[in-house]
Amino acid sequence: MAMTQEEVFNKVKEVLTAALAVDDDEVTREAKLREDLGAESIDFLDISFQLEKTFGIKIPKGDLMPENVFSNPEFVQNGKLTPKGLAEMKSRMTFADFTEFEKDPDINKIWDLFTVDALVRYVMTKVNV
Amino acid sequence: MRWIWIDRFEKFEVNVAATAIKNVSLAEEHLHDHFPGFPVMPASLMIEGMAQTAGILVGAARKFQEKVILAKIGKASFLRLVRPGEQLVYAAKIVNVTEQGAAIEGSITSRTTDNGKPVELHVGTVEMMFSHIDNNMSGMKFPEFNFVFNSQFMELFETYRRELEVKLSGA
Repeated sequence: MAMTQEEVFNKVKEVLTAALAVDDDEVTREAKLREDLGAESIDFLDISFQLEKTFGIKIPKGDLMPENVFSNPEFVQNGKLTPKGLAEMKSRMTFADFTEFEKDPDINKIWDLFTVDALVRYVMTKVNV
Repeated sequence: MRWIWIDRFEKFEVNVAATAIKNVSLAEEHLHDHFPGFPVMPASLMIEGMAQTAGILVGAARKFQEKVILAKIGKASFLRLVRPGEQLVYAAKIVNVTEQGAAIEGSITSRTTDNGKPVELHVGTVEMMFSHIDNNMSGMKFPEFNFVFNSQFMELFETYRRELEVKLSGA
């Protein structure tokens, strides 16, 4: 049976409150996993394991965070994504909202793309197939 | 390598689970400070014991080719005190292992006596995560040399392994 965004959000929220030891009300749709909820690199692996278990889905390596982009000089120059790199990321992270990021595509800000909403939308693409 | 908090393995099933034991002895100096007159095995060292048990299990899953680093302790709860003379049992189970790392569920029990009768009591549970740090998501680079499973470690592992006949070839 298809899940609604609301149902997915509530479960994602449970995963995040447990994995990041944050309060329920901190997990808003707009919250950024790293900046607002304090997620570190290992937490992303933890969260992807928990999402797999909670939703019965498979998250292949590189599915959430694209690989072989940042090491490619065609895609990254002077620490920023080139227009080509940006297009590549957008095509591979269709679940993320690039509006803010594309104003200054500094690769250090790449984690800002991981909002709670982005995770919800990512899960939606996996559960309702 | 002296920071060793497990005495031997009792079970070792590559990719699945491992059980190690640790004898808690008053010969260990730290127990005299923790606490004077009331020695108690520190919970932090039980976490270390579980991390060593689980870390070796996770290492074996990739034939010790990865650098396996304890990266996160999700939950740790301890329900009873462990005193000298008790034997700790660290049971680690692999929940998930991928190219990037592993998640572990650990259960700690203690073999002791109750009115002279041997009993095994629940001590606590620990959930932890290990990173295969060369495949970390932040893209940070580490030295090529495997400083986790180095030759000193492999010698120690041989000591453990001799008693158990762990077969890594099937891993």
